[in-house]
Amino acid sequence: MRISFLITILVVIFGLSIGCASTPQELKGSIQIKGSDTMVNLAQAWAEAFTKKYPNVNIAVTGGGSGTGIASMISGTCDIAISSRTMKEKEISQAKAKGVEPVEHIVARDGIAVVVHPSNPVKNLTIEELRAIFIGERKNWKEVGGKDAKIVILSREVNSGTHVFFKEHILRRGIEKGPEEFAPTALLMPSSQAIADEVAQNSNAIGYYGMGYISPEQKVIAVSKDKALPYLEPTTEAVKKGEYPIARPLFIYTKGAPQGAIAAFMDFVFSQDGQKIVRDIDFVPIK
Amino acid sequence: MRARKAKEFLIERLIYLCGFISIAFVILIFIFLIKEGGALFKAVGLWDFLAGKEWYPISEPARFGILPLILGSLFVTIGAALISIPIGVASAFYIAEVAPKGLRDVLKSGIELLAAIPSVIIGFIGMITLVPFIKHLFNLPTGLTAISGSITLAFMAMPTIVSVAEDAIVAVPRSYKEGALALGATYWQTIYRVIFPAALPGIIAAVMLGVGRVIGETMAVMMVTGNAAAIPHGLLEPVRTLTATIAAEMGEVVTGSDHYHALFAIGIVLFAITFIINFIADLSLRKVRR
Repeated sequence: MRISFLITILVVIFGLSIGCASTPQELKGSIQIKGSDTMVNLAQAWAEAFTKKYPNVNIAVTGGGSGTGIASMISGTCDIAISSRTMKEKEISQAKAKGVEPVEHIVARDGIAVVVHPSNPVKNLTIEELRAIFIGERKNWKEVGGKDAKIVILSREVNSGTHVFFKEHILRRGIEKGPEEFAPTALLMPSSQAIADEVAQNSNAIGYYGMGYISPEQKVIAVSKDKALPYLEPTTEAVKKGEYPIARPLFIYTKGAPQGAIAAFMDFVFSQDGQKIVRDIDFVPIK
Repeated sequence: MRARKAKEFLIERLIYLCGFISIAFVILIFIFLIKEGGALFKAVGLWDFLAGKEWYPISEPARFGILPLILGSLFVTIGAALISIPIGVASAFYIAEVAPKGLRDVLKSGIELLAAIPSVIIGFIGMITLVPFIKHLFNLPTGLTAISGSITLAFMAMPTIVSVAEDAIVAVPRSYKEGALALGATYWQTIYRVIFPAALPGIIAAVMLGVGRVIGETMAVMMVTGNAAAIPHGLLEPVRTLTATIAAEMGEVVTGSDHYHALFAIGIVLFAITFIINFIADLSLRKVRR
């Protein structure tokens, strides 16, 4: 079930621009935003704050996964794609074939949290151990210092940018087209919330999601690039300094250089208010 | 008089057209499926597709083996059939032959009500209650397994099986029953030796229609089976079904890519399976009418 796919947020503000002639009131238009489930709450918060300032602009935000957003931007059913991964070369050439020139904007940063059940004794894992777990090389928790129980791997579905990022940066050690895959026994969950729910009730599960989803019902694993380096949790500080090893930029893609309402929206995203919203939603601002 | 004839003629044609349109839709859907799914086989061999053991649709190079998915659908369906057929057929007999009149009406409408519950709701209830229960009962690493899907789907197949089978049982001529009883057979012997064989083709049709519903079901299955594309070895392992794969991945594919064609090719496989099942059901039903 793809909850976020179903949650289409229509922010409609009735303009009361009688006699008012300031610029924000005059700007009209509607913007369709679609893509990353990781970013959908962020985009929604931006949209709500933006439409308060510009009451005559309608913004609709839909999730579904980064791939979904990019595919809809290419086929013309949305104006802005939110994505937690860069566009693939294949996607860029597909866009160009349809006359769309995608422009990339980095709008925030995100740490990917690796989480387990709170009762799990494992606290720290290296990137190498994570890789071994997720490709199915280590199948039992005792191999990484836990109790004797089978590891249940939880991953996102293939339309998730988080899935692609995790595969390329952890499983394939940064080699985009490496041979490693998620273990075939990995359970593919339809949303980040589904991963959070399953980890909360399954003491053998391990999963990953954007740090915005961290809650006391799951235990966050401290991760290190190497045994010799300190183990870190995905905090705002650690991600900002670039110390936390599983962090990534979050993107907005527009068709060509933004214009009109979309340009105003992008300006808002980069403004102090826009970046404050990034911090409020538990992501890391770019400035 | 003439106006009446013209009206008659018009209505006749209209009904004829309506009948034709519904068949035309099926044919058009089939052509569309073949066209979109068939394009995959330029890139992947038919055998590699049906018997391939790896489903990694977005990797480079992509692997489109649907054997784990076929087995996933098969396991869930067999499990659901094992649960729903005995219970469904037995309750059809109870409603048609044994239950007192008042109870019969209550049971019938109750079972029809079960058919009216949307599958998402059944899936949601399954996810919250059944999945943790299965995990603890069998002491499994996770409760998101084929058997969770089977139990959930059994609930959905039951109404179809019960109501179609009940109709078949009621349709058995009264004289059969009266004759058997007059010859001194007990009630149980009558049901088991006379009514059951007479109603068998109808019961087979009921079972096939129920199974057809199970194979095509998507939402509930996606929520409780874990969706892991590994070859399953039993009902206590997570599985990924054909339908769940289409539903989970269709949102993401770029129109015209190999992955897109592969999802339509899965659609062809599903279409073929449900066609065969419906065909068997149809044959049995035709036998009933004779």
